[in-house]
Amino acid sequence: MSRRALLLGTVVLLAAWQTLSWIVSAGVLPFRAQTNILPGPLVVFPVFFQQFPRALGQHFLVSLWRVLASMALSVALAVPAGLVMGQSQRLNRLLAPLVYLTYPVPKVVLVPVVVLFFGVGDAGKIFVITLILFFQILVLVRDAAANLRAELIQSVRSLGAGRRALFLYVYLPASLPAVLTALRVSVGTAVAVLYVAELYATQQGLGYYIFLEGSTLLDYPAMYAGIVAMALMGLGLYFAVDGLEHWLCPWEFVDR
Amino acid sequence: MIDLNSVSFAYPGGRPIFSDFSWRVERGETWAVLGPSGFGKSTLLYLLAGLRAPTSGEVCIEGQVVRRPRPRTGLILQDFGLLPWATCEQNVSLGLRIHGYYGPDGKHAPAGLPPASVRERTEHWLARLGLTSVRRQYPSQLSGGQRQRTAIARTLALEPDLLLMDEPFASLDAPTREGLQNLTLELQAEQRLTTVVVTHSIEEAAFLGGHILLFGQGIETIPNPGAGTAAYRGSQEYYELCDRLRARMGAGAAAAEAATAAESAASSPVGARLA
Repeated sequence: MSRRALLLGTVVLLAAWQTLSWIVSAGVLPFRAQTNILPGPLVVFPVFFQQFPRALGQHFLVSLWRVLASMALSVALAVPAGLVMGQSQRLNRLLAPLVYLTYPVPKVVLVPVVVLFFGVGDAGKIFVITLILFFQILVLVRDAAANLRAELIQSVRSLGAGRRALFLYVYLPASLPAVLTALRVSVGTAVAVLYVAELYATQQGLGYYIFLEGSTLLDYPAMYAGIVAMALMGLGLYFAVDGLEHWLCPWEFVDR
Repeated sequence: MIDLNSVSFAYPGGRPIFSDFSWRVERGETWAVLGPSGFGKSTLLYLLAGLRAPTSGEVCIEGQVVRRPRPRTGLILQDFGLLPWATCEQNVSLGLRIHGYYGPDGKHAPAGLPPASVRERTEHWLARLGLTSVRRQYPSQLSGGQRQRTAIARTLALEPDLLLMDEPFASLDAPTREGLQNLTLELQAEQRLTTVVVTHSIEEAAFLGGHILLFGQGIETIPNPGAGTAAYRGSQEYYELCDRLRARMGAGAAAAEAATAAESAASSPVGARLA
Protein backbone atom coordinates (compact mmCIF):
# COMPACT_ATOMS: atom_id res chain seq x y z
CA MET A 1 0.00 0.00 0.00
CA SER A 2 1.28 3.45 -0.87
CA ARG A 3 1.65 6.26 1.61
CA ARG A 4 -0.79 8.31 -0.44
CA ALA A 5 -3.50 5.67 -0.23
CA LEU A 6 -3.03 5.44 3.53
CA LEU A 7 -3.19 9.22 3.89
CA LEU A 8 -6.32 9.36 1.76
CA GLY A 9 -7.94 6.61 3.85
CA THR A 10 -7.15 8.54 7.04
CA VAL A 11 -8.68 11.73 5.66
CA VAL A 12 -11.85 9.89 4.56
CA LEU A 13 -12.26 8.26 7.98
CA LEU A 14 -11.75 11.53 9.85
CA ALA A 15 -14.19 13.30 7.53
CA ALA A 16 -16.79 10.58 8.12
CA TRP A 17 -16.30 10.87 11.86
CA GLN A 18 -16.68 14.66 11.75
CA THR A 19 -19.79 14.44 9.57
CA LEU A 20 -21.40 11.89 11.89
CA SER A 21 -20.53 14.09 14.83
CA TRP A 22 -22.30 17.06 13.22
CA ILE A 23 -25.37 14.94 12.51
CA VAL A 24 -25.51 13.73 16.12
CA SER A 25 -24.95 17.16 17.63
CA ALA A 26 -27.66 18.67 15.38
CA GLY A 27 -30.12 16.48 17.26
CA VAL A 28 -31.84 15.29 14.10
CA LEU A 29 -31.56 11.60 14.98
CA PRO A 30 -34.92 9.83 15.46
CA PHE A 31 -33.91 8.19 18.77
CA ARG A 32 -33.51 10.21 21.95
CA ALA A 33 -29.77 10.50 22.10
CA GLN A 34 -27.86 13.20 23.85
CA THR A 35 -26.31 15.59 21.38
CA ASN A 36 -22.85 15.65 23.02
CA ILE A 37 -22.03 11.95 22.86
CA LEU A 38 -20.01 12.07 19.62
CA PRO A 39 -17.56 14.95 19.56
CA GLY A 40 -15.76 15.14 16.23
CA PRO A 41 -12.03 15.05 15.58
CA LEU A 42 -11.95 18.85 15.60
CA VAL A 43 -12.88 18.74 19.29
CA VAL A 44 -11.16 15.48 20.27
CA PHE A 45 -7.70 16.04 18.83
CA PRO A 46 -7.03 19.31 20.67
CA VAL A 47 -8.00 17.50 23.89
CA PHE A 48 -5.80 14.56 22.91
CA PHE A 49 -2.74 16.75 22.37
CA GLN A 50 -3.48 18.72 25.53
CA GLN A 51 -3.94 15.58 27.67
CA PHE A 52 -1.24 13.40 26.16
CA PRO A 53 1.71 15.04 27.96
CA ARG A 54 -0.25 14.57 31.21
CA ALA A 55 -2.48 11.80 32.55
CA LEU A 56 -3.38 10.32 29.16
CA GLY A 57 0.28 9.83 28.26
CA GLN A 58 0.94 8.04 31.53
CA HIS A 59 -1.98 5.70 31.02
CA PHE A 60 -0.79 5.15 27.45
CA LEU A 61 2.68 4.18 28.62
CA VAL A 62 1.30 1.76 31.20
CA SER A 63 -0.85 0.06 28.56
CA LEU A 64 1.99 0.01 26.03
CA TRP A 65 4.31 -1.56 28.59
CA ARG A 66 1.73 -4.29 29.29
CA VAL A 67 1.38 -5.13 25.60
CA LEU A 68 5.12 -5.03 24.87
CA ALA A 69 5.95 -7.15 27.91
CA SER A 70 3.31 -9.67 26.84
CA MET A 71 4.71 -9.75 23.30
CA ALA A 72 8.22 -10.36 24.55
CA LEU A 73 7.11 -12.97 27.05
CA SER A 74 4.92 -14.85 24.58
CA VAL A 75 7.69 -14.93 21.96
CA ALA A 76 10.17 -16.18 24.56
CA LEU A 77 7.81 -18.98 25.60
CA ALA A 78 6.05 -19.91 22.38
CA VAL A 79 9.00 -20.03 19.97
CA PRO A 80 10.93 -22.77 21.78
CA ALA A 81 7.71 -24.69 22.45
CA GLY A 82 6.64 -24.36 18.80
CA LEU A 83 10.05 -25.43 17.53
CA VAL A 84 10.08 -28.48 19.78
CA MET A 85 6.57 -29.49 18.76
CA GLY A 86 7.38 -28.90 15.10
CA GLN A 87 10.45 -31.10 15.26
CA SER A 88 9.11 -33.95 17.33
CA GLN A 89 6.12 -35.75 15.89
CA ARG A 90 5.68 -37.67 19.10
CA LEU A 91 5.52 -34.59 21.30
CA ASN A 92 3.22 -32.94 18.82
CA ARG A 93 0.84 -35.92 18.87
CA LEU A 94 0.83 -35.68 22.66
CA LEU A 95 0.29 -31.92 22.91
CA ALA A 96 -1.70 -31.17 19.74
CA PRO A 97 -5.09 -32.10 21.28
CA LEU A 98 -4.40 -29.73 24.18
CA VAL A 99 -3.57 -26.91 21.82
CA TYR A 100 -6.51 -27.82 19.61
CA LEU A 101 -8.93 -27.57 22.52
CA THR A 102 -7.52 -24.47 24.19
CA TYR A 103 -6.64 -22.43 21.09
CA PRO A 104 -10.23 -21.41 20.16
CA VAL A 105 -11.33 -20.65 23.74
CA PRO A 106 -11.77 -16.86 23.95
CA LYS A 107 -9.13 -16.01 26.52
CA VAL A 108 -10.89 -12.76 27.42
CA VAL A 109 -13.47 -14.66 29.49
CA LEU A 110 -10.62 -15.63 31.78
CA VAL A 111 -10.05 -12.01 32.81
CA PRO A 112 -12.21 -12.23 35.99
CA VAL A 113 -10.47 -15.48 36.95
CA VAL A 114 -7.06 -13.97 36.38
CA VAL A 115 -8.03 -10.99 38.56
CA LEU A 116 -8.91 -13.45 41.33
CA PHE A 117 -5.51 -15.10 41.04
CA PHE A 118 -3.23 -12.16 40.33
CA GLY A 119 -5.18 -9.33 41.90
CA VAL A 120 -4.46 -5.72 41.02
CA GLY A 121 -1.40 -4.78 39.01
CA ASP A 122 0.36 -5.64 35.79
CA ALA A 123 0.86 -9.37 36.22
CA GLY A 124 -2.74 -10.40 35.51
CA LYS A 125 -3.04 -8.20 32.42
CA ILE A 126 0.25 -9.39 31.03
CA PHE A 127 -0.75 -12.97 31.73
CA VAL A 128 -3.99 -12.75 29.74
CA ILE A 129 -2.43 -11.06 26.71
CA THR A 130 0.52 -13.44 26.79
CA LEU A 131 -1.95 -16.32 26.75
CA ILE A 132 -3.56 -15.03 23.56
CA LEU A 133 -0.30 -14.31 21.75
CA PHE A 134 1.28 -17.53 22.99
CA PHE A 135 -1.17 -19.81 21.20
CA GLN A 136 -1.06 -17.82 17.96
CA ILE A 137 2.72 -17.91 17.85
CA LEU A 138 2.92 -21.52 19.04
CA VAL A 139 0.67 -22.81 16.26
CA LEU A 140 2.33 -20.84 13.47
CA VAL A 141 5.89 -21.61 14.60
CA ARG A 142 5.06 -25.30 15.04
CA ASP A 143 3.66 -25.47 11.51
CA ALA A 144 6.59 -23.55 10.06
CA ALA A 145 9.05 -25.97 11.70
CA ALA A 146 7.01 -29.04 10.75
CA ASN A 147 6.66 -27.93 7.13
CA LEU A 148 10.38 -27.58 6.54
CA ARG A 149 11.24 -29.99 3.77
CA ALA A 150 13.21 -33.06 4.75
CA GLU A 151 15.53 -32.38 1.78
CA LEU A 152 16.44 -29.00 3.25
CA ILE A 153 17.28 -30.47 6.66
CA GLN A 154 19.26 -33.34 5.10
CA SER A 155 21.30 -31.13 2.84
CA VAL A 156 22.17 -28.74 5.66
CA ARG A 157 23.11 -31.72 7.82
CA SER A 158 25.32 -32.94 5.00
CA LEU A 159 27.19 -29.61 5.23
CA GLY A 160 28.16 -30.62 8.75
CA ALA A 161 25.35 -29.08 10.75
CA GLY A 162 24.53 -30.78 14.04
CA ARG A 163 21.62 -29.95 16.28
CA ARG A 164 22.89 -26.51 17.31
CA ALA A 165 23.81 -25.34 13.81
CA LEU A 166 20.50 -26.64 12.44
CA PHE A 167 18.72 -24.59 15.08
CA LEU A 168 20.76 -21.50 14.33
CA TYR A 169 20.80 -21.67 10.53
CA VAL A 170 17.51 -23.41 9.77
CA TYR A 171 14.89 -23.56 12.50
CA LEU A 172 15.35 -20.06 13.87
CA PRO A 173 15.22 -18.19 10.56
CA ALA A 174 12.37 -20.45 9.41
CA SER A 175 10.31 -19.51 12.45
CA LEU A 176 10.94 -15.78 12.22
CA PRO A 177 8.21 -14.99 9.64
CA ALA A 178 5.79 -17.17 11.60
CA VAL A 179 6.49 -15.21 14.80
CA LEU A 180 6.01 -11.87 13.08
CA THR A 181 2.89 -12.98 11.24
CA ALA A 182 1.41 -14.26 14.49
CA LEU A 183 2.18 -10.98 16.22
CA ARG A 184 0.79 -8.94 13.36
CA VAL A 185 -2.54 -10.75 13.21
CA SER A 186 -2.99 -10.96 16.97
CA VAL A 187 -1.77 -7.58 18.16
CA GLY A 188 -5.25 -6.12 17.50
CA THR A 189 -6.87 -8.80 19.64
CA ALA A 190 -4.22 -8.22 22.28
CA VAL A 191 -5.03 -4.51 22.54
CA ALA A 192 -8.76 -5.26 22.62
CA VAL A 193 -8.31 -7.73 25.46
CA LEU A 194 -6.05 -5.28 27.25
CA TYR A 195 -8.92 -2.80 27.20
CA VAL A 196 -11.24 -5.32 28.85
CA ALA A 197 -8.57 -6.34 31.33
CA GLU A 198 -7.97 -2.73 32.30
CA LEU A 199 -11.61 -2.28 33.24
CA TYR A 200 -10.98 -4.53 36.22
CA ALA A 201 -9.06 -3.93 39.38
CA THR A 202 -6.70 -1.23 38.18
CA GLN A 203 -6.38 2.53 38.18
CA GLN A 204 -3.86 2.68 35.40
CA GLY A 205 -3.98 2.08 31.69
CA LEU A 206 -6.04 3.36 28.77
CA GLY A 207 -8.94 1.00 29.47
CA TYR A 208 -9.34 2.51 32.91
CA TYR A 209 -8.90 6.04 31.53
CA ILE A 210 -11.60 5.58 28.87
CA PHE A 211 -14.00 4.01 31.35
CA LEU A 212 -13.38 6.68 33.97
CA GLU A 213 -13.78 9.66 31.63
CA GLY A 214 -16.83 8.20 29.91
CA SER A 215 -18.84 6.63 32.73
CA THR A 216 -17.81 8.52 35.84
CA LEU A 217 -16.60 11.96 34.81
CA LEU A 218 -18.82 12.14 31.69
CA ASP A 219 -16.03 14.03 29.90
CA TYR A 220 -16.73 12.75 26.41
CA PRO A 221 -13.97 14.54 24.51
CA ALA A 222 -11.45 13.10 26.99
CA MET A 223 -13.00 9.66 26.63
CA TYR A 224 -12.60 9.90 22.86
CA ALA A 225 -9.03 11.09 23.28
CA GLY A 226 -8.43 7.86 25.23
CA ILE A 227 -10.05 5.85 22.45
CA VAL A 228 -7.83 7.61 19.91
CA ALA A 229 -4.79 6.77 22.04
CA MET A 230 -5.78 3.11 22.17
CA ALA A 231 -6.43 3.03 18.42
CA LEU A 232 -3.07 4.65 17.74
CA MET A 233 -1.37 2.10 19.96
CA GLY A 234 -2.94 -0.80 18.04
CA LEU A 235 -2.12 0.84 14.73
CA GLY A 236 1.42 1.70 15.79
CA LEU A 237 2.12 -1.84 16.97
CA TYR A 238 0.70 -3.27 13.77
CA PHE A 239 2.90 -1.01 11.65
CA ALA A 240 5.92 -1.72 13.84
CA VAL A 241 5.53 -5.48 13.42
CA ASP A 242 4.91 -5.03 9.71
CA GLY A 243 8.09 -2.94 9.45
CA LEU A 244 10.05 -5.54 11.41
CA GLU A 245 8.84 -8.20 9.01
CA HIS A 246 10.08 -6.22 6.01
CA TRP A 247 13.38 -5.59 7.74
CA LEU A 248 14.04 -9.06 9.14
CA CYS A 249 12.42 -11.20 6.43
CA PRO A 250 13.29 -9.47 3.16
CA TRP A 251 13.02 -12.75 1.24
CA GLU A 252 9.26 -12.76 1.87
CA PHE A 253 8.81 -9.60 -0.14
CA VAL A 254 11.02 -10.06 -3.22
CA ASP A 255 9.57 -10.12 -6.72
CA ARG A 256 9.48 -13.62 -8.01
CA MET B 1 37.40 -44.94 -1.26
CA ILE B 2 33.95 -46.47 -0.70
CA ASP B 3 33.48 -49.98 0.63
CA LEU B 4 30.06 -51.44 1.29
CA ASN B 5 30.43 -54.72 3.16
CA SER B 6 27.36 -56.98 3.17
CA VAL B 7 25.02 -54.05 3.69
CA SER B 8 21.36 -54.72 4.39
CA PHE B 9 18.78 -52.03 4.78
CA ALA B 10 15.04 -51.85 5.29
CA TYR B 11 12.84 -48.96 6.36
CA PRO B 12 11.02 -49.72 9.62
CA GLY B 13 8.14 -52.03 8.78
CA GLY B 14 9.11 -52.16 5.10
CA ARG B 15 10.55 -54.81 2.85
CA PRO B 16 14.33 -55.02 2.56
CA ILE B 17 15.81 -52.62 0.03
CA PHE B 18 19.29 -54.10 0.20
CA SER B 19 20.29 -57.45 1.55
CA ASP B 20 23.89 -58.48 1.78
CA PHE B 21 24.99 -55.91 -0.80
CA SER B 22 28.72 -55.30 -1.29
CA TRP B 23 30.20 -52.63 -3.53
CA ARG B 24 33.55 -50.92 -3.99
CA VAL B 25 34.40 -47.54 -5.48
CA GLU B 26 37.99 -46.50 -6.10
CA ARG B 27 39.25 -42.96 -5.57
CA GLY B 28 38.55 -40.63 -8.50
CA GLU B 29 35.93 -42.85 -10.10
CA THR B 30 32.58 -41.57 -11.25
CA TRP B 31 29.63 -43.88 -10.74
CA ALA B 32 26.11 -43.41 -12.01
CA VAL B 33 23.44 -45.26 -10.07
CA LEU B 34 20.60 -45.93 -12.49
CA GLY B 35 17.22 -47.53 -11.99
CA PRO B 36 13.50 -46.95 -11.73
CA SER B 37 12.01 -45.08 -8.76
CA GLY B 38 11.54 -47.04 -5.58
CA PHE B 39 14.50 -49.38 -6.05
CA GLY B 40 16.58 -47.80 -3.34
CA LYS B 41 18.90 -45.57 -5.38
CA SER B 42 18.41 -42.60 -3.11
CA THR B 43 18.60 -44.84 -0.06
CA LEU B 44 22.05 -45.94 -1.24
CA LEU B 45 23.10 -42.29 -1.41
CA TYR B 46 21.70 -41.54 2.05
CA LEU B 47 23.65 -44.53 3.41
CA LEU B 48 26.83 -43.16 1.82
CA ALA B 49 26.07 -39.70 3.17
CA GLY B 50 25.66 -41.05 6.70
CA LEU B 51 22.09 -39.78 6.87
CA ARG B 52 20.79 -43.34 7.27
CA ALA B 53 22.42 -46.32 8.95
CA PRO B 54 22.39 -49.83 7.47
CA THR B 55 20.33 -52.49 9.27
CA SER B 56 23.40 -54.70 9.12
CA GLY B 57 26.80 -54.59 7.46
CA GLU B 58 29.12 -51.61 7.15
CA VAL B 59 29.46 -48.55 4.99
CA CYS B 60 33.13 -47.51 4.95
CA ILE B 61 34.60 -44.42 3.37
CA GLU B 62 38.38 -44.02 3.41
CA GLY B 63 38.52 -47.02 5.73
CA GLN B 64 36.27 -45.35 8.31
CA VAL B 65 32.84 -46.72 9.14
CA VAL B 66 30.25 -44.05 8.34
CA ARG B 67 27.98 -43.35 11.31
CA ARG B 68 27.04 -39.72 10.73
CA PRO B 69 27.55 -37.20 7.89
CA ARG B 70 31.23 -37.10 7.09
CA PRO B 71 32.75 -33.60 6.83
CA ARG B 72 34.45 -34.25 3.50
CA THR B 73 31.46 -35.78 1.76
CA GLY B 74 29.42 -33.34 -0.32
CA LEU B 75 25.74 -34.00 -1.01
CA ILE B 76 23.63 -32.32 -3.68
CA LEU B 77 19.91 -33.02 -3.88
CA GLN B 78 17.44 -32.49 -6.68
CA ASP B 79 15.86 -29.40 -5.20
CA PHE B 80 14.74 -27.80 -1.97
CA GLY B 81 18.27 -27.95 -0.60
CA LEU B 82 18.79 -24.17 -0.52
CA LEU B 83 17.72 -21.99 2.39
CA PRO B 84 14.81 -19.94 1.02
CA TRP B 85 15.60 -17.07 3.41
CA ALA B 86 19.24 -16.74 2.39
CA THR B 87 20.62 -15.07 -0.72
CA CYS B 88 22.60 -17.01 -3.31
CA GLU B 89 25.81 -15.76 -1.68
CA GLN B 90 24.66 -16.66 1.85
CA ASN B 91 23.70 -20.12 0.61
CA VAL B 92 27.11 -20.61 -0.99
CA SER B 93 28.86 -19.62 2.24
CA LEU B 94 26.53 -21.66 4.49
CA GLY B 95 28.72 -24.75 4.75
CA LEU B 96 31.81 -22.64 5.42
CA ARG B 97 29.98 -20.75 8.16
CA ILE B 98 28.79 -24.02 9.71
CA HIS B 99 32.35 -25.30 9.68
CA GLY B 100 33.49 -22.03 11.24
CA TYR B 101 30.79 -22.36 13.89
CA TYR B 102 32.08 -25.74 15.05
CA GLY B 103 35.76 -25.22 14.32
CA PRO B 104 37.89 -28.05 12.85
CA ASP B 105 36.55 -30.68 15.25
CA GLY B 106 36.77 -33.62 12.82
CA LYS B 107 33.12 -34.37 13.50
CA HIS B 108 31.22 -31.51 11.87
CA ALA B 109 34.16 -30.01 9.97
CA PRO B 110 37.37 -31.65 8.76
CA ALA B 111 40.02 -31.77 11.48
CA GLY B 112 43.42 -30.24 10.96
CA LEU B 113 42.55 -27.90 8.12
CA PRO B 114 43.07 -24.27 9.04
CA PRO B 115 39.78 -22.36 9.22
CA ALA B 116 39.10 -21.24 5.67
CA SER B 117 38.52 -17.66 4.72
CA VAL B 118 34.78 -17.72 4.17
CA ARG B 119 34.73 -14.62 2.02
CA GLU B 120 37.57 -15.65 -0.28
CA ARG B 121 36.25 -19.12 -0.94
CA THR B 122 32.70 -17.86 -1.42
CA GLU B 123 33.97 -15.32 -3.97
CA HIS B 124 35.93 -17.99 -5.78
CA TRP B 125 33.01 -20.37 -6.11
CA LEU B 126 30.47 -17.70 -6.98
CA ALA B 127 32.77 -16.68 -9.82
CA ARG B 128 33.61 -20.24 -10.88
CA LEU B 129 29.93 -21.10 -11.28
CA GLY B 130 28.94 -17.78 -12.85
CA LEU B 131 26.78 -16.65 -9.96
CA THR B 132 28.41 -13.31 -9.17
CA SER B 133 25.68 -11.27 -10.84
CA VAL B 134 22.86 -12.97 -8.91
CA ARG B 135 24.63 -13.20 -5.56
CA ARG B 136 22.12 -10.99 -3.77
CA GLN B 137 19.06 -12.79 -5.06
CA TYR B 138 17.00 -15.27 -3.10
CA PRO B 139 16.47 -18.84 -4.37
CA SER B 140 12.88 -18.01 -5.37
CA GLN B 141 14.28 -15.40 -7.77
CA LEU B 142 16.84 -17.72 -9.38
CA SER B 143 16.28 -20.00 -12.34
CA GLY B 144 16.41 -23.76 -11.79
CA GLY B 145 19.90 -23.92 -13.28
CA GLN B 146 21.16 -21.08 -11.10
CA ARG B 147 19.70 -22.75 -8.03
CA GLN B 148 21.50 -25.99 -8.82
CA ARG B 149 24.74 -24.14 -9.50
CA THR B 150 24.33 -22.46 -6.10
CA ALA B 151 23.95 -25.88 -4.51
CA ILE B 152 27.06 -27.12 -6.33
CA ALA B 153 29.07 -24.03 -5.31
CA ARG B 154 27.99 -24.46 -1.69
CA THR B 155 29.13 -28.06 -1.66
CA LEU B 156 32.40 -27.62 -3.55
CA ALA B 157 33.34 -24.62 -1.37
CA LEU B 158 33.91 -27.18 1.39
CA GLU B 159 36.49 -28.96 -0.80
CA PRO B 160 34.94 -32.41 -0.54
CA ASP B 161 36.78 -35.51 -1.70
CA LEU B 162 33.53 -37.40 -2.32
CA LEU B 163 30.56 -35.88 -4.12
CA LEU B 164 27.13 -37.46 -3.92
CA MET B 165 24.35 -36.21 -6.19
CA ASP B 166 20.71 -37.28 -6.05
CA GLU B 167 18.86 -36.60 -9.31
CA PRO B 168 20.71 -33.30 -9.43
CA PHE B 169 19.40 -32.10 -12.78
CA ALA B 170 16.04 -33.88 -13.03
CA SER B 171 13.91 -30.74 -12.77
CA LEU B 172 15.85 -28.73 -15.37
CA ASP B 173 15.16 -28.19 -19.06
CA ALA B 174 17.35 -30.07 -21.55
CA PRO B 175 19.90 -27.38 -22.52
CA THR B 176 20.42 -26.33 -18.88
CA ARG B 177 20.71 -29.96 -17.87
CA GLU B 178 23.33 -30.74 -20.51
CA GLY B 179 25.25 -27.59 -19.61
CA LEU B 180 25.36 -28.62 -15.97
CA GLN B 181 26.32 -32.20 -16.86
CA ASN B 182 29.29 -30.85 -18.83
CA LEU B 183 30.15 -28.59 -15.91
CA THR B 184 30.00 -31.57 -13.56
CA LEU B 185 32.57 -33.39 -15.71
CA GLU B 186 34.82 -30.33 -15.71
CA LEU B 187 34.60 -29.82 -11.97
CA GLN B 188 35.06 -33.49 -11.31
CA ALA B 189 38.32 -33.52 -13.28
CA GLU B 190 39.42 -30.19 -11.79
CA GLN B 191 38.83 -31.21 -8.17
CA ARG B 192 39.74 -34.89 -8.64
CA LEU B 193 36.48 -35.85 -7.00
CA THR B 194 35.12 -39.30 -6.44
CA THR B 195 31.52 -38.94 -7.58
CA VAL B 196 28.32 -40.95 -7.21
CA VAL B 197 25.35 -39.65 -9.20
CA VAL B 198 21.92 -41.17 -8.66
CA THR B 199 19.63 -40.76 -11.64
CA HIS B 200 16.63 -42.30 -13.36
CA SER B 201 17.76 -40.85 -16.68
CA ILE B 202 19.50 -43.36 -18.95
CA GLU B 203 21.21 -40.59 -20.92
CA GLU B 204 22.56 -38.95 -17.77
CA ALA B 205 23.92 -42.24 -16.42
CA ALA B 206 25.56 -43.08 -19.75
CA PHE B 207 27.07 -39.62 -20.09
CA LEU B 208 28.37 -39.08 -16.55
CA GLY B 209 29.07 -42.55 -15.21
CA GLY B 210 32.47 -44.12 -15.84
CA HIS B 211 30.77 -47.07 -14.19
CA ILE B 212 27.07 -47.67 -14.01
CA LEU B 213 25.37 -49.41 -11.12
CA LEU B 214 22.09 -50.61 -12.61
CA PHE B 215 19.19 -51.36 -10.27
CA GLY B 216 16.49 -53.57 -11.72
CA GLN B 217 17.03 -57.27 -12.06
CA GLY B 218 19.16 -57.32 -9.01
CA ILE B 219 22.06 -54.90 -9.01
CA GLU B 220 24.63 -55.12 -11.79
CA THR B 221 27.73 -53.19 -12.76
CA ILE B 222 28.25 -51.93 -16.30
CA PRO B 223 31.60 -50.38 -17.26
CA ASN B 224 31.53 -47.26 -19.42
CA PRO B 225 35.16 -46.41 -20.14
CA GLY B 226 34.34 -43.87 -22.89
CA ALA B 227 32.56 -41.46 -20.55
CA GLY B 228 34.29 -38.37 -19.20
CA THR B 229 34.27 -35.82 -22.01
CA ALA B 230 31.54 -33.58 -23.39
CA ALA B 231 32.10 -35.04 -26.90
CA TYR B 232 31.04 -38.50 -25.70
CA ARG B 233 27.41 -37.43 -26.00
CA GLY B 234 27.66 -37.60 -29.81
CA SER B 235 29.50 -40.92 -30.09
CA GLN B 236 28.24 -44.23 -31.40
CA GLU B 237 29.42 -45.95 -28.23
CA TYR B 238 27.20 -43.67 -26.13
CA TYR B 239 24.08 -44.39 -28.20
CA GLU B 240 24.68 -48.13 -28.08
CA LEU B 241 25.13 -48.02 -24.32
CA CYS B 242 21.89 -46.05 -23.93
CA ASP B 243 20.06 -48.70 -25.98
CA ARG B 244 21.51 -51.50 -23.92
CA LEU B 245 20.63 -49.76 -20.66
CA ARG B 246 17.10 -49.10 -21.92
CA ALA B 247 16.58 -52.76 -22.73
CA ARG B 248 17.91 -53.92 -19.38
CA MET B 249 15.91 -51.37 -17.43
CA GLY B 250 12.73 -52.40 -19.26
CA ALA B 251 13.39 -56.04 -18.48
CA GLY B 252 14.17 -55.16 -14.88
CA ALA B 253 10.97 -53.18 -14.43
CA ALA B 254 8.89 -55.98 -15.96
CA ALA B 255 10.57 -58.57 -13.76
CA ALA B 256 9.99 -56.42 -10.70
CA GLU B 257 6.32 -56.10 -11.51
CA ALA B 258 6.01 -59.83 -11.93
CA ALA B 259 7.89 -60.37 -8.69
CA THR B 260 5.64 -57.97 -6.82
CA ALA B 261 2.56 -59.66 -8.26
CA ALA B 262 3.85 -63.00 -7.05
CA GLU B 263 4.60 -61.48 -3.62
CA SER B 264 8.05 -63.00 -3.75
CA ALA B 265 9.89 -59.71 -3.55
CA ALA B 266 11.00 -60.01 0.05
CA SER B 267 12.75 -63.31 -0.50
CA SER B 268 14.80 -62.24 -3.51
CA PRO B 269 18.54 -62.74 -3.02
CA VAL B 270 19.89 -59.31 -3.90
CA GLY B 271 16.75 -57.65 -2.74
CA ALA B 272 16.66 -54.35 -4.60
CA ARG B 273 12.95 -54.71 -4.85
CA LEU B 274 10.86 -51.94 -3.43
CA ALA B 275 8.37 -51.64 -6.27
